Amino acid sequence: MRLSKKAAPYVFISPFYILFFIFGAFPIIYSFFLSFHIWDGISPKEFVGFENYIFVLTDPWFWQSVWNSLVIFILTTIPQHIIALFLAFILNSNLVKLKNLFRSSYFLPYITSSVAVSMVFGMLYGEHFGILNAILKYMEKFSLIGAMFNIINLKLPIRWLGEAAWIKPSIALLVTWQFTGWNMIIYYAGLQNIPESLYEAAKVDGANMRQVFFKIILPMLRPVILFGVTLSIIGNLQLFEQPFILTPDRTGGSGRAGLTTALYLYRTGFNWNMFGVGSAMAYILCVFIIILSLINSKIFQKR
Amino acid sequence: MKSKTNLKTVIVDTEKNKRSWMEKFNKTILYLFLSFGVGITFFPFYYMLVLATRSREEIFNFPPPLWFGGSSWDNLQILLEKLPFFQNIFNSIIVSSLATLLVLFFCSLGGYGFAKYNFKGKEKLFFLMLASMMIPSLLSIIPWFIMMRYFGWINSFKPLIIPGAANAFGIFLMRQFMEDIPNEIIDAARIDGAGEFKIYYKIALPLSKPGLATLSILTYLGAWNNFMGPLLVLQEKSKYTISVALSKLNGNFETPWGATMMGTALGVLPIVIVFILASKRFISGLTAGATKG
Repeated sequence: MRLSKKAAPYVFISPFYILFFIFGAFPIIYSFFLSFHIWDGISPKEFVGFENYIFVLTDPWFWQSVWNSLVIFILTTIPQHIIALFLAFILNSNLVKLKNLFRSSYFLPYITSSVAVSMVFGMLYGEHFGILNAILKYMEKFSLIGAMFNIINLKLPIRWLGEAAWIKPSIALLVTWQFTGWNMIIYYAGLQNIPESLYEAAKVDGANMRQVFFKIILPMLRPVILFGVTLSIIGNLQLFEQPFILTPDRTGGSGRAGLTTALYLYRTGFNWNMFGVGSAMAYILCVFIIILSLINSKIFQKR
Repeated sequence: MKSKTNLKTVIVDTEKNKRSWMEKFNKTILYLFLSFGVGITFFPFYYMLVLATRSREEIFNFPPPLWFGGSSWDNLQILLEKLPFFQNIFNSIIVSSLATLLVLFFCSLGGYGFAKYNFKGKEKLFFLMLASMMIPSLLSIIPWFIMMRYFGWINSFKPLIIPGAANAFGIFLMRQFMEDIPNEIIDAARIDGAGEFKIYYKIALPLSKPGLATLSILTYLGAWNNFMGPLLVLQEKSKYTISVALSKLNGNFETPWGATMMGTALGVLPIVIVFILASKRFISGLTAGATKG
């Protein structure tokens, strides 16, 4: 059999569309269908109209999970992108050697599985045996730092994963550690695309480092920042492994403070077999992701 | 004209002199800052290895151990009592390797189709493909699971290999690399009577090795680290991939921490070693693929 030049491209790209139709598009449509039904996966489906949507939208646990996801998103995205930009800027500035070594090192957490790093962080966060509390306890001995801890009313040991107030920061710290390197690579690639002549012109005009950063680099990187933050929105609002492994009972921990929407969706769908409610929840979550992405593109799109 | 250039160099030179001591000072701080970052990045990995060599009692000591102990063998024994751990690693290798092979084939084929042909509906099909990348995966997870059950694919590796075999990201990446292949070579091959598939196989594929390398590492990592899919479909201990196996170790009060860390280390280290060996090529391939076009 010989492919004609006309038919060849269609044959070459068709596997994607076939697989996408079966495993991507069809489940999305079927999910929409399910979201209007009550179904436990075994008994016959029962059409209920918008009941599932109303159930989800009036469910305090759902709103709490959205709030949790948003707080974790903010707590991790802001430091993550600022540090990543800063690191990329330093590594791109020709001031330091061993660039490859630094780049690879920072990228390492990104390539390791979320399950594995969550387990390790679970150990770091241990209340009585964790290294983080041990470091804090050691630091407390210095009178100045001890006084500071007193002022902010920090009581040691911190119950990182045991106390509602600390669960979200603990998850956010892990996510920041995990994904800063990835963002740094994106920004580094973006910086490499800024033409050298722009820097030279700035140098001739007598611009200092700070001016170069704020007047040239930031505006030029806008599309890259938009891309990076959009990925953070999609990723963070679907955060699952980290809270699943880190919260002791896998239900979000004390006060459900670590119950992200993805975790709640998983429990609704697969622990309680409420497929219809879970599907409605997925659609509502998707709307939130779209809204956040639109806000983000309003902020970072070239004006 | 000449005086102007001279003036420019003079300005730049004085600027350089003024900044040289500043730069020296800055450099030390920059290196300190960068090294501190590297320390924070590596510490959890180091600590994982330390705990993997420590007994349960030692782990709960205060202050916590910071150096390796002598319980690695015991931890490994406990781990193997709880799980068929080497089977789990083997499962991950099988799943990740098969997934990677299929992705390399289908995505390079698709990427070649988009990079080197003009055909009706190309723009629209390409846009549809890119748009599919933005769809949150949670949207389809419930029906996806129902489908797998309906197909009888529960407790098999098929759901972890087949649905992603031709994915938008891979095709996009391969297209970036294949656009650089000169059209003249392809036309010459056509004149010599080579078929379309043969041109892809004999010319486009060998010429896009850097792209294939990047895609294979990314796919292998993705499959190795995949969690929710395997968690949903794999039900027997002997079928678990490494991520699922690890997740089943912790989560109750009798968690054998040393053994758990031993398992985590064994699951993570092969990937870390492969990455360290290939990181330079991988990251440059990633940045090249991300910024071209």
